[in-house]
Amino acid sequence: MPISAGIAGDAVMTPAQPRLAAMLLPALLVVGGVFGLGILEVLRQSVGMSASVPGGSASPTLSHYLSLFHDREIRAALGLTLWVASISTALSVVCGVGLALGLGRSRRSLRGVHTLLQAPLALPHLVVALAAMTLLAQSGLLARAAFAIGLIDMPSGFPVLVNDRAGVGIIIAYALKEVPFIALVATTLLARRGEEYDELARTLGASPWQRLRYVTWPFLAPGVGAAALMIFAYVFSAFETPFLLGQPFPAMLPVVAQQRFMSPDLADRPAAMACALLLTAIAAIVVRVYLTAAGLAAGRDRPVLF
Amino acid sequence: MASARPAASRALAVVAVAACALVPLAIVLVSSVASRWYWPALIPSEWTTRAWRYVVSGSGGIATALVTSGGLALVVAAASVALSLPAARALALHTFAGKRVVLFALLLPMLAPPLAAAMGLHSVFLRAGLADSFAGVVLVHLVAAVPYATFVLAGTFAGFDPELEAQARTLGARRWSVWTRITLPAIAPGVALAAILAFVVSWSQYVLTLLVGGGRVLTVPLVLVAFQRGGDEGVAAALSVVFVAPLLLLFALAAPLFEDA
Repeated sequence: MPISAGIAGDAVMTPAQPRLAAMLLPALLVVGGVFGLGILEVLRQSVGMSASVPGGSASPTLSHYLSLFHDREIRAALGLTLWVASISTALSVVCGVGLALGLGRSRRSLRGVHTLLQAPLALPHLVVALAAMTLLAQSGLLARAAFAIGLIDMPSGFPVLVNDRAGVGIIIAYALKEVPFIALVATTLLARRGEEYDELARTLGASPWQRLRYVTWPFLAPGVGAAALMIFAYVFSAFETPFLLGQPFPAMLPVVAQQRFMSPDLADRPAAMACALLLTAIAAIVVRVYLTAAGLAAGRDRPVLF
Repeated sequence: MASARPAASRALAVVAVAACALVPLAIVLVSSVASRWYWPALIPSEWTTRAWRYVVSGSGGIATALVTSGGLALVVAAASVALSLPAARALALHTFAGKRVVLFALLLPMLAPPLAAAMGLHSVFLRAGLADSFAGVVLVHLVAAVPYATFVLAGTFAGFDPELEAQARTLGARRWSVWTRITLPAIAPGVALAAILAFVVSWSQYVLTLLVGGGRVLTVPLVLVAFQRGGDEGVAAALSVVFVAPLLLLFALAAPLFEDA
């Protein structure tokens, strides 16, 4: 059992089961209990079993799920969500790893750089999204810089990057937060590895590209890959950034779910619930993959909590 | 050999890192004191303390939001630690049947998006009389915060030797003094970190508060978005600074604890 290995020492007397249960129950009730109740209610309403919702009945129906696939808004939302999540993740990995490689491994200045890399973790997505708006709008700071160096004559000459069709503003806002995150993960991994392998490959005549492809990347891949999956799952299901930087149509899936949930027309409820569950299911699959990958990366022999 | 190129790429990387960290902060700071900042000026042409005076005056629901946010985060931090301490101890120091299930149940809210559960919980809380109430929002914030607190404290307990407690007891110490003089000092960094994380989770929460609080429980981020949507970017920017400041402070406080805990 990898879960328990190495955690409980022999010297510890294991208390009787009732006492253990009493220790665990309060946290379990609040977390698993409340969360489970919420998800159950979502499930119930999404199959139309709710007396307070029009069209609700005693027998469950999958019609709300089926209608999701015929719903133009949902299909567009799903496409946009997959696009934004994939591109944000890819961009974060490429730029984050690039940054980490650029930063090198000199230990002397690693501390200061670490602090800088951690700062964006403290910034809420909401604030980053607001700053991105000021930065990227057609009359925003980047457009003004472009004007100052003579690239454009007026705001309309600047590309639409906020509330745009392709979600560029959303992607950039996520990158501002997630690139430093990947860079943090990668610099930590690089610092742990040391330089010997790189030196060895260099002595053997490997080109910089070959060293990156066959020496450095295989070393970074498990940790950075796990971080990338977390980013994907987060971007896929987060609400604040697309709410502020997206356009009404097509909107990202979490925004559509929220809008239908808040809609005064209660008939929209089951669709909102089905949409939210679809979101949860996809995020859960990604997390499942992450846990498997993390388990493989950690190795079965190490004591892990989960 | 080539030392110029790595040095240059290093400098570039440091600038890029600094930009990611500082540009958003600089933008909200400058916006909060900008009075006239029209195209194509790169910096504001006139400055003002209007937004800050407004925020400090506490009008427009700002004072209430600050009290609500702070109160929520403090209650959530305290309750998270209280709920997590026994659970983390059980997870870290004991083996038992069904441990995997317990871990999964505790992990679930960290893994699954909170949006769906919050939408369901609003209906559940309506029936229980908890919807649109402070208590309901505390409960849903706890769902998000307790997993973090539990896993931090489980890590701390994993490095704690319960033999010390047994020895103190053998020497005649009572339960309370074992707890205050042996256990608590040993796990204090973990407790502080767990409390800080729980506070941060609650303080930065937006969508859970919106859905379960139904717009009745107004926290700083909710008021911030309201001002942004209402077109008062100065006040929204000043509120952003107020919103971010405790988070930066707590991250700075937590950094050394991460190493201890």
